[in-house]
Amino acid sequence: MPHDHHDHDHPHALLPPDPALRVRALETLLSRKGLVDPAALDEIIDTYQNRIGPRNGAQVVARAWSDPAFRAALLDDATAVVADLGFFGRQGEHIVAVENTPNRHNMVVCTLCSCYPWPLLGIPPGWYKSDAYRSRAVREPRKVLAEFGVSLPAETSVRVWDSTAEVRYLVIPMRPEGTEGMDEAALADLVTRDSMIGTGLAREPGQ
Amino acid sequence: MTGAPEPVFLEPWHGQVFALTVHLNETGLFDWPDWAARFSATLARHGLERDLDGGADYFNCWLETLEMLLNDLGQAAPEEVDRLRAAWEAAYLATPHGDPVRLAD
Repeated sequence: MPHDHHDHDHPHALLPPDPALRVRALETLLSRKGLVDPAALDEIIDTYQNRIGPRNGAQVVARAWSDPAFRAALLDDATAVVADLGFFGRQGEHIVAVENTPNRHNMVVCTLCSCYPWPLLGIPPGWYKSDAYRSRAVREPRKVLAEFGVSLPAETSVRVWDSTAEVRYLVIPMRPEGTEGMDEAALADLVTRDSMIGTGLAREPGQ
Repeated sequence: MTGAPEPVFLEPWHGQVFALTVHLNETGLFDWPDWAARFSATLARHGLERDLDGGADYFNCWLETLEMLLNDLGQAAPEEVDRLRAAWEAAYLATPHGDPVRLAD
């Protein structure tokens, strides 16, 4: 693996940091007990690093914007609809879709830890896991939104959804103006990760 | 709180400890609500001392939670983990740079 150190005073392999060695120790111990399959670990890392991410959620949102029947089904039972699309599994057991309207903006947090709809959005960004976001999203959502560059009209109320180990939320952002006639693939490009957490809005075309 | 796009896992061991936990949950060693409750407790305990930034300190809490959970389940006693950790450290220090690192035993 490439690295930045070219220190020839150290002829032995670079010593990983302490927590990395502790993880190796756990892996070794559990593999010897037959509880862990190292190939399965590699597969999980590859999946989350390369194959699952916010593009999944963006496809769902673009479809909801384009297809009224799909939108209605999604709002009714997102878990089933999302599973039908093949986005299921870990941390996707119970997904609820919440739709932004001119009257209501939805925003998602996990105040206890970092529950998040992995199959649709991948692994949460650092700020979602930070104490600052987790404590402030509920207390002062408008201030937090402003820091993300989102200012909402005074008549728009903000609803904050607190995720749990059992229920995760997907925000359906409002469809931007000037997107009539765009196909689902083009629409999906406008759907940012943050817009599906509620800390952003969908991009305008050409933005 | 905003920033440039970041890699999914900032350090390789973040991905490794994440995968280990997900795998053990999937094979039925513990259920996810139990994991989330324990992890929340670790985060709350560490967050009392200072604000956690969601980066390395987050995965340090994650690893601490997994170590405690596996110990509670009788699957990984701390002294056994410490012994293997020391064995890995010795293996790294004894392996010529560029060669794959393997445990002696």
